[in-house]
Amino acid sequence: MRILIVLVRLAWRYLWRNHRRTIIMLGAIVLGTWAMIFMTALTRGMVDQMIADGISAIPGHVQVHGQGYLDDPSVTRSIPLSDEEFAARFADAGFSAWATRVRVPAVITSERESRGVTLLGIDPAAERDFSFVDYGAVDGRFLESPEDSGIVIGAKLADTLETRVGKRVVLMSQDPDNDIADRGFRVVGVFEANMQAFEEGFVFVGKATAQKMLRMGTATTEAVFVGDDYRNVEPVYDKVAAGVGDAVTVSRWTEVDTYLGTMLKTMDGFVLVWMIVIFLALSFGLVNTLVMAVFERVREIGLMLALGMKPAMILGQIIIESMMLLALGLLIGTALAWASIVPLEGGIDLSAVGEGMEMWGASSVLYPKLYLEDVVLANVVVLVLGFFASLSPAWRASRYEPVEAITKVG
Amino acid sequence: MTAVRCIDICKTYTQGDVDIKALDHLSIEIEKGEFVCLMSPSGGGKTTLLNAIGGLDIPDSGEVWVGGQRIDQMSKGELAELRLANIGFVFQAYNLIPVLTARENVEFVMQVQGVRPAERHVKSMVLLEEVGLEGLEDRLPAEMSGGQQQRVAVARAIVSRPELVLADEPTANLDSHTAADLMELFVQLNEHHQTTFVIATHDQGVMRYAKRLVRMRDGRIVDDVQQNAA
Repeated sequence: MRILIVLVRLAWRYLWRNHRRTIIMLGAIVLGTWAMIFMTALTRGMVDQMIADGISAIPGHVQVHGQGYLDDPSVTRSIPLSDEEFAARFADAGFSAWATRVRVPAVITSERESRGVTLLGIDPAAERDFSFVDYGAVDGRFLESPEDSGIVIGAKLADTLETRVGKRVVLMSQDPDNDIADRGFRVVGVFEANMQAFEEGFVFVGKATAQKMLRMGTATTEAVFVGDDYRNVEPVYDKVAAGVGDAVTVSRWTEVDTYLGTMLKTMDGFVLVWMIVIFLALSFGLVNTLVMAVFERVREIGLMLALGMKPAMILGQIIIESMMLLALGLLIGTALAWASIVPLEGGIDLSAVGEGMEMWGASSVLYPKLYLEDVVLANVVVLVLGFFASLSPAWRASRYEPVEAITKVG
Repeated sequence: MTAVRCIDICKTYTQGDVDIKALDHLSIEIEKGEFVCLMSPSGGGKTTLLNAIGGLDIPDSGEVWVGGQRIDQMSKGELAELRLANIGFVFQAYNLIPVLTARENVEFVMQVQGVRPAERHVKSMVLLEEVGLEGLEDRLPAEMSGGQQQRVAVARAIVSRPELVLADEPTANLDSHTAADLMELFVQLNEHHQTTFVIATHDQGVMRYAKRLVRMRDGRIVDDVQQNAA
């Protein structure tokens, strides 16, 4: 401990001996740290938004389907469990939300146009908390009950079909006998979503109304379960899998939407690679700074060795010096990143490039997300790699022969 | 009691294609409490001998004993411990750590030794007063004259009461008045604390303080006499 105090004092003093060089290097570390954390927050925000939007369209963290439904989503592959059985098994399971629904492909026709859509027969009360539709912001009204006879469509689809609230449309799909099942609906609401694809692709009707139209009794085709964190769905998955048995398919959201699942993993890797690339750029400056710092005090290192400091202490001193510089840069850089991200958490409007964002599956408003684990990762990456980058100059300094170092000229 | 014993030591340096014998089968014994001056023209081997005694340089052959321990076979770490505990150094120049104040420089060795802060503080202040630097304890080396810096180095060399002080041309960068003051200080410390001093110099003014004068040439001792010091 006493040695550590000596080394820390020496390292700190030497750090500020050439304060201009230290400040320049510190500036580079601060900028690098800020870039690491800020860009990671933007990336995380974009991916989170894409996944949140994706999950809200799927929706849910874990889903239950009849066997074969994911390959052929028809009413013939409904779930062999009633709503009552689901309620009995999962009412007290502690999920954030769960619901059963009817989800089948359908064709919607107005007086002027037809479009293929996904028909969602829902219990509006059960899905209010995780639906991608803000019930309160719907033009007209949202569905009021499973028996509601109206239909809610997206704004983009309404434009395409040249229809509006109060007008009538016809939905067509297939019943369990593969016969055409159709029904007329009055448009009671038009919703807006973060992504136009949702506005074009989904229509909502009451669950009971859909079951009646599709002549499927009280059966459903999809049960969805929402936990606390989309990154950690295993607890939800385990509970659902244990509760429903083998007669159905239980899937994590990453399995239902493999694109999003892969993207999440890819982005985690991308974040690490991004941090390492930034550090590598920084490391050149860091190593150069340390080499110069060692080179300009060869005689002093020789003196310290002559006075009785062991080579390991010299090694430690240089590494501590490097760690101090990095820690200070990380502290300021992290604070700066935090200070620049917090004001932007309300969202960055990217509507100017909204179409491009949508091609990526992201909305036109980007919400940066600062995760503690990303901040910790950035700091750990810099400190750990910085430690290794410091080893070479520190090792070189500790290997000096005292007599040669003391007599070194200039 | 023998403080230093060198037995038949040799050290050869190579400069370009030329081998230079810095120490040539040199043997010497120095008793505890002696005040020895090593004299030689430049290149005579006095600094090499001093470095060998201090464990800063290892001879090619022969034995070096300091305080009863053979040091020419010690590891770097063992040598560092030996220097820390038993030997005080005063070099010709670049004696101080520039980022530490005068007091911190004096305390440095004690700090590495693990002496408690209060004790360090008292000892360093007493020594700085003794070498005439009272009031300058918080100055950095760059804020002091060459003579003041040498005095700090002397204070540091003796503050932990080493058995042996090795000084290499300690007066080379000092004016004659300051050099005389410094030598008076050495003599005083030698007499009061029985510290063994080995001083390498070619300064005639320094020689008159020595009780034993060892003349060297081409890495050999050519004359070794006791004398009445000034």
